[in-house]
Amino acid sequence: MPERLAVRKTYKLFIGGAFPRSESGRSYVVTSVDGDFLANAALASRKDVRDAVVAARKAFPGWSGATAYNRGQILYRIAELLEGRRDQFSTEARDRAQVDAAIDRWVWYAGWADKLAQVYGNANPVAGPYFNLSAPEPTGVVGIVAPPDSPLLGLVSVLAPVIVSGNTAVVLAAEERPLPAISLAEVLATADLPGGVVNVLTGRVAETAPWLAGHLDVNALDLTGVADPELAATLERDAAENLKRVLRPPAEPVDWYAEPGIDRMVAYLETKTVWHPKGV
Amino acid sequence: MRFEYAPAPESASIVDIRSSYGLFVGGEFTDAKDGELFKTINPASEDVLAEVVSAGPSDVDSAVAAARDAYDNRWRDLPGAERAKYLFRLARLIQERSRELAVLESIDNGKPIRESRDVDLPLVAAHFFYYAGWADKLRYAVPGRQPRPIGVAAQVIPWNFPLLMLAWKIAPALAAGNTVVLKPAETTPLTALHFAQLCQQADLPPGVVNIVTGAGETGRLLVEHPGVDKVAFTGSTEVGRAIARAVAGTRKRLTLELGGKAANIVFDDAPVDQAVEGIVNGIFFNQGHVCCAGSRLLVQESVADEVLDALKRRMATLRVGDPLDKNTDVGAINSAAQLARIRELSDVGTAEGAQRWSAPCELPERGFWFVPTIFTGVSQAHRIAREEIFGPVLSVLTFRTPAEAVEKANNTPYGLSAGVWTEKGSRILAIADQLRAGVVWANTFNKFDPTAPFGGYKESGYGREGGRQGLEAYLA
Repeated sequence: MPERLAVRKTYKLFIGGAFPRSESGRSYVVTSVDGDFLANAALASRKDVRDAVVAARKAFPGWSGATAYNRGQILYRIAELLEGRRDQFSTEARDRAQVDAAIDRWVWYAGWADKLAQVYGNANPVAGPYFNLSAPEPTGVVGIVAPPDSPLLGLVSVLAPVIVSGNTAVVLAAEERPLPAISLAEVLATADLPGGVVNVLTGRVAETAPWLAGHLDVNALDLTGVADPELAATLERDAAENLKRVLRPPAEPVDWYAEPGIDRMVAYLETKTVWHPKGV
Repeated sequence: MRFEYAPAPESASIVDIRSSYGLFVGGEFTDAKDGELFKTINPASEDVLAEVVSAGPSDVDSAVAAARDAYDNRWRDLPGAERAKYLFRLARLIQERSRELAVLESIDNGKPIRESRDVDLPLVAAHFFYYAGWADKLRYAVPGRQPRPIGVAAQVIPWNFPLLMLAWKIAPALAAGNTVVLKPAETTPLTALHFAQLCQQADLPPGVVNIVTGAGETGRLLVEHPGVDKVAFTGSTEVGRAIARAVAGTRKRLTLELGGKAANIVFDDAPVDQAVEGIVNGIFFNQGHVCCAGSRLLVQESVADEVLDALKRRMATLRVGDPLDKNTDVGAINSAAQLARIRELSDVGTAEGAQRWSAPCELPERGFWFVPTIFTGVSQAHRIAREEIFGPVLSVLTFRTPAEAVEKANNTPYGLSAGVWTEKGSRILAIADQLRAGVVWANTFNKFDPTAPFGGYKESGYGREGGRQGLEAYLA
C-alpha cells in the first residue's frame, strides 16, 4: 500500500483574529535547518503592519477592560490548548523541551494577571488628608520583534508579558523560523483570546519593523529580536517620534529557560496615581 | 396586580450522595479507627443525607501522620511551578463540577441554590486559581524574606460557607508548600468529602490534603495535636479564644477568623433604594449566617423613617423557602441548634423592649426556618446590638452626626467588617479610616474576591485570608 500523501498547511498571517494572506500577495520560502523546503510563508508588507496595528488598537479597550481574573483564565487556557498540541509543536520546533517550557511559561504568566497590581502597585502615605493609590495600567499597543534564536519559547516569553496586563500586540515573527509563530496563532485563535489582542506577521524584519517603529498609534516597542545594532538604533530613533516605550535588544544572550522575573511585564505598564480627599 | 412565581427547582439528581462516607486520609477514603458514625441531614427537610464519621484520636493521628509524610516526602520540596499545576487542576475540576457541588452545598447547608451557584462556587474556583498562581511566585509575595512553608496545617472551618471556607484554607496553604488536615463543620461535611474526590481526580499526591469529619471534639483533637505546626480556625469567638489558649506555649502558628457584629452605616445623602438593597444583602444573604453580616443598621435620624419604610417594602418581597428553588432568596437555617439560638436572642430583643417586625410569610412545615426580622428602637446596651445572632435578624439604631456613627460602629468587641452608604467620596474615606474593622464596604456589602484580604480587628480574630496577606499565614 502506498504511503499516504500528506495534506500540507498554508501558513498565513494572523490579524484581528483572522488568517489573511499578505495584502501584497507576496510570500517567501521557509526551509528547515538542512535546507529542505518547508512552506511559503506570507511576506508581510507596510499595509499588513498598519492593518495589524488597527486591529490591536481596536482590541485594546475590551482586553484592557477585562478583569485580571478573566485574562488569567484565558492565558491558562492557552497553556491547556498548547499542551494538547504538544506533539505537533515538538515536531515543528524540533525540540520537546522548548515546547514544554513554552507551555509552562503561559502558566507562569497566567498567574501574574491578578497579582501584578499587588506587587507593582501600592498605597501612598501622602502627608495630608488624601486617599492616594498607585496602580499599574497597560500602556496600549505594543510592537514586538520576536527573538530569532527561539521561535516558540522565545516568542511566548516576549508575548505573554505584554498581553497579561492588558496590552495588545503586533508581533513580527522570527524571520527564518516563522512557522511556530503561525501555529501558535492557531492556538490563540481558539483559546477565547479576543481577536486582535495578538497579531502575528511573518516576513522581513528589516522591512516591516521600521513601519511599526514609526507608527504613531503604537505605544511601545520590544526590540528583543533585532540582532543588528544599527537597525535597533534606527528603530529606537523612529520610536522617539511619539515617545514609545522601547525595550532595547538584550546586551547578553537570553536564557529563555530561566525564570523570567517581572521586568518584561513592568516595561509595558503605566503607573496611575489617584488622589481623593478624605473628610466627613 | 400580583404575579405568582411558578416553582423553579434545580434538580438534585446531578449529585450522587453516598449513604456513608469514610475519612479522607493519605489520598484514600478510609474507615474510622476509633471514630463513631453520625448522620448529616438536609436542614430544609430534616431528611438524613448520609452517615459520616466523627473522627477519634487514632483517626486524627493517622491524618496528621499522613500530612507529615506528604509534607516531608512529596510536597515541601516540589518545585513551586509543580504545586501551581496541581492547584490549577483543582480550580478547573471545581469549575467543571461546579453545579454538582452547588446543589450538594444547598442540600447539606440550606442556602439558596442561586447563592451557592452564583457566589460560593465561582469564588471557590477563583480562590484556587488565584493561589495556584502564587505557588511559584512566593518570593514576590513577601519581598525581602526567604519564603518557606510552615509544615502541617490543622484547619477547622464553619458551616456557613462550607466549600468556600475550605478553599480559603486549603488553597493558600498548599500554594505555600504546607500540607493540611481539614475538619469541616459537623452539620456540613459533604462538599469537603466530594472535594476529596476532586483531589483524587487531580492526582494530588496522597496526604497533601486530608479531610477528617466530626464535631467540636474532633476539632479539639486536631488543633491540639502535637504533630501540627499551624492552626487556622474560622468560627465563633468563644472557640477561637479556647484555641488561642490551647496553642499558648507551643510553637504552633495561629490565625483566627471569628465573629462579628458589623455596623452598616447609612447617611442621609445615600441613595435609598441602593442602600436598602445593601442592607438586605448585608443581613439576609445566606440567612444571615455570615460572620461579616451587616447585623447593626446605623441610619441617620433624618432619613430613618424613609429608609425603614423602603426596607420593609423590600423585605415583603423576599422569598423564603426551598433552597433548591432558583427563585428563593432566603433558605433554611442550618441546624435546629442554630434556630434555637436565633429564636432565643430574638425573644431577648423583645423582652428588652425593642420592636420586632417581619413581613407576613408562609414557611414550610418541615425543616428549620426563620423569617427575616428587624428590630427597631434598639439601644447599644441591648443584647441584640452586642451579640452575634448569626441569623436573619437586623438591629436598627440611629445616629445624628458622623462622629456618633463612628462611635457607635466601633462600640463592639468585634471588628470584622463595616458598611458605609453615602454619595460623598471624601466621607467614605474619612469614615473608613476611623472604623476599627478589617473590611469596609462602601456603597456595597458582602463582596468577596480572592485578591482582597479579609479578616478582623479586635475579637474578630487575627490574620487575613485572601490576597498577598493571605499567603503570609502559611509562610514561616
